[in-house]
Amino acid sequence: MNGSFGELPRREALKVMAAAAGALPVLDAAAMQAQAAQANQATGPAPAARPRGDAWDPDLIHPRPGTWARKLTPGELITLSALCDTIIPADAKSPSASAVGVPAWINEFVSAPMDGNQNALVRIRGGLAWLNLESNTRFRKPYARLTATERTAICDDICYLPRAKPEHQAAARFFDQVRDLTAVGFYTTREGMQDLGYIGNVALPRFPEVSAEVKKAIGY
Amino acid sequence: MFLREPQAGTAYDVIVVGSGAGGGMAAYQLAVAGLKVLVLEAGRRYDPVTETPMFQLPKDAPLRGAGTREKPFGFYDATVDGGWEVPGEPYTQAPGAAGTANEFRWWRARMLGGRTNHWGRISLRMGPYDFKPKTRDGLGADWPMTYEDVAPYYDRTELLVGIYGSTEGLENTPDSSPGVLQPPPAPRPSELVTMKACEPLGIPVIPAHRAVLTVRQNGAALARQIHPDNALARRVLAASMNGRAACFWATECGRGCSIRANFQTTTVLLPPAMATGNCHLVADAMVRAVSVDRAGRATGVHYIDKRTRTDRHATAKVVVLAASACETARILLNSKSSQFPQGVSNGSGLVGKYLMDTVGAGLQGQIPALENLPPYHYDGAGGIHMYMPWWLYKDQLAGKLGFARGYHVEFGGGKGMPGPGIFGGLENFTGGAYGRKYKEEARRYYGSFVFFDGRGEMIPNEDSYCALDPDVIDQWGIPVLRFHWKWSPHETGQALHMVKTFTQIVEAMGGKVVGTPPTDGARAIARGGQIIHEVGTCRMGDDPRTSVLNQWGQSWEVKNLFVADGASFVSNADKNPTLSILALAWRTSDYIVEQLGRGEL
Repeated sequence: MNGSFGELPRREALKVMAAAAGALPVLDAAAMQAQAAQANQATGPAPAARPRGDAWDPDLIHPRPGTWARKLTPGELITLSALCDTIIPADAKSPSASAVGVPAWINEFVSAPMDGNQNALVRIRGGLAWLNLESNTRFRKPYARLTATERTAICDDICYLPRAKPEHQAAARFFDQVRDLTAVGFYTTREGMQDLGYIGNVALPRFPEVSAEVKKAIGY
Repeated sequence: MFLREPQAGTAYDVIVVGSGAGGGMAAYQLAVAGLKVLVLEAGRRYDPVTETPMFQLPKDAPLRGAGTREKPFGFYDATVDGGWEVPGEPYTQAPGAAGTANEFRWWRARMLGGRTNHWGRISLRMGPYDFKPKTRDGLGADWPMTYEDVAPYYDRTELLVGIYGSTEGLENTPDSSPGVLQPPPAPRPSELVTMKACEPLGIPVIPAHRAVLTVRQNGAALARQIHPDNALARRVLAASMNGRAACFWATECGRGCSIRANFQTTTVLLPPAMATGNCHLVADAMVRAVSVDRAGRATGVHYIDKRTRTDRHATAKVVVLAASACETARILLNSKSSQFPQGVSNGSGLVGKYLMDTVGAGLQGQIPALENLPPYHYDGAGGIHMYMPWWLYKDQLAGKLGFARGYHVEFGGGKGMPGPGIFGGLENFTGGAYGRKYKEEARRYYGSFVFFDGRGEMIPNEDSYCALDPDVIDQWGIPVLRFHWKWSPHETGQALHMVKTFTQIVEAMGGKVVGTPPTDGARAIARGGQIIHEVGTCRMGDDPRTSVLNQWGQSWEVKNLFVADGASFVSNADKNPTLSILALAWRTSDYIVEQLGRGEL
């Protein structure tokens, strides 16, 4: 059970380690100590089953949303909140998107360091800027201060890519992404799940037969 | 017992490399037989009982739990240090293959229990035809044993693991012996609607077989049945079984299971193996090579203690490799010496060859009959309850299909837990709805989508293999694998047939296909490795010139060296491989016990 470092001539081993350490011409005392401490890890009790806590091995029992710095400005979040609520407003069954924290979720998403998210940041920032420019051009007010009718006038032009005019294609792509993100943000909350009637995630004694009511509805 | 390093002074009978399906089963069977077993696992120690996020919600996770590079199946997926990438452990593609249809994507999990913590739990037996494919159609190769040779091991594995399903008497879709299977769960609404549409199309829809307990196991009775002559095995198995709960139908199996209702080696095989006192387990131990003596016998393995980055050697009378198909091939190829210049057990030159994955293609449909259904409480439970076994044996025999071998269909739908991606693409059904209309449309369409995934047999070919890359090493200093991959017209033809069939089913359900189905099989088929059923690389056979192992998983060249994972597969029937890996690892273990007892090893 001997490590093969014992078989490697010591001088060669030191050369290898020095090369690995880069600029260090010889092992200094601190490095020697660290090496000794590492060797000690080889004995003693087995390590416990425990996540390391990084992205490859996160703590799944105590999750928390992404901890990266948020990038949208307070001004951008005001416009975004207004747009999220245009997409998912309050109704008799559930609250609006902004009431359950959807803008903060979208900020988490576009602030994430991955390439896809960074591309989303550009599209959503640009889209929010476009939205205010368009609002100012048409109604001389920023989007957040438009009436419901005024908001609809703009959103009807950009709500469906295949129908959007050539000059609205980019805005339609922006709208589509915000709509998808708003839906994810909204329907993953307790209020959103309740709205849809999702009642899983609850322990049951057995898997029930489809009810007579559902059987009738599906024509079975 | 978990150890930081092998116990000094213990003379191990067997080293088992890997703790997934093959390694977990081998460790259990060898330990209950009274052998001293050392299991080396490349990943970290992992405990599903304390680490499984059973009820955690997407809203509390980063990015609402979406899949990322580090967690490709989502934040809450059980996999640790795995996916199609492993940090610090690259692999390479044949020149020009990266990003093309000739790319192979290698999925790994670096954790105790390997990928058994995450898998879909679909547990289908290979049938009589599947063991003799070449005899039937002239393609590929036959296995060196028959279905009848393996059937008793399937029965016992199903009893041990706990598999739900039914017996249907269908062609090449074997029935289990009476009393072996657990009762299947009732079908969901989407499954009922699909069954009804498939009946006139002549497509059978029957209960799936999955490794999930629907009722608690009777530990004492099952242990007596499985181990009639072994008191130690009966004691540890009964205790382990009695500690498993039946499924409570609330969560996704891919997260793992803290109540031990589904099968993962970390809840089903390793606990009783450890309870024997005969099994020592060292995690973070990355095996790089098999060591051999002058007589050409295996003496143990070289491994890297990942926590200290030091090279170690462990010894035993017998070595069992179960590191996963490609990792096992990599270890053998890397075990070079003057006696074995091409790597241990590779005199035939076939180690790494005949790599196979499963043929995959899928389609989604939107089904009006499933719109606006009342909520039901079982929406949280993941995993299929019904499936379609391959049904066109006669048409194929009559030459009507234009491709060889079959596929089964995994399908489903329903009001699953809202997560990342929910309602993506809904604008195509609603003409871009937003506002109050959007909320109404969301209520209407939620749960009305059904997916179909074909899972078909790939025929082994000369162009699909892995070999050591002479230019690249991983962070442990081990040469990495380079993959070569090619689908044949049999596979692409099958993928196109899948897509056409699913379109037919969706239309028969009165539904609408989501998106535009591909009209070219090469576009419909998933990439090599994407279905994560890679097998082959060290195939069994009756002839040392054309195979690496005999029917017991024993190396032709090094008689105390065995392979107990998917590497030994001769063909890759459409039946998902895990159940067969488990049954064959048991068969190999029995052979090792018998041969050791006779002094043959």
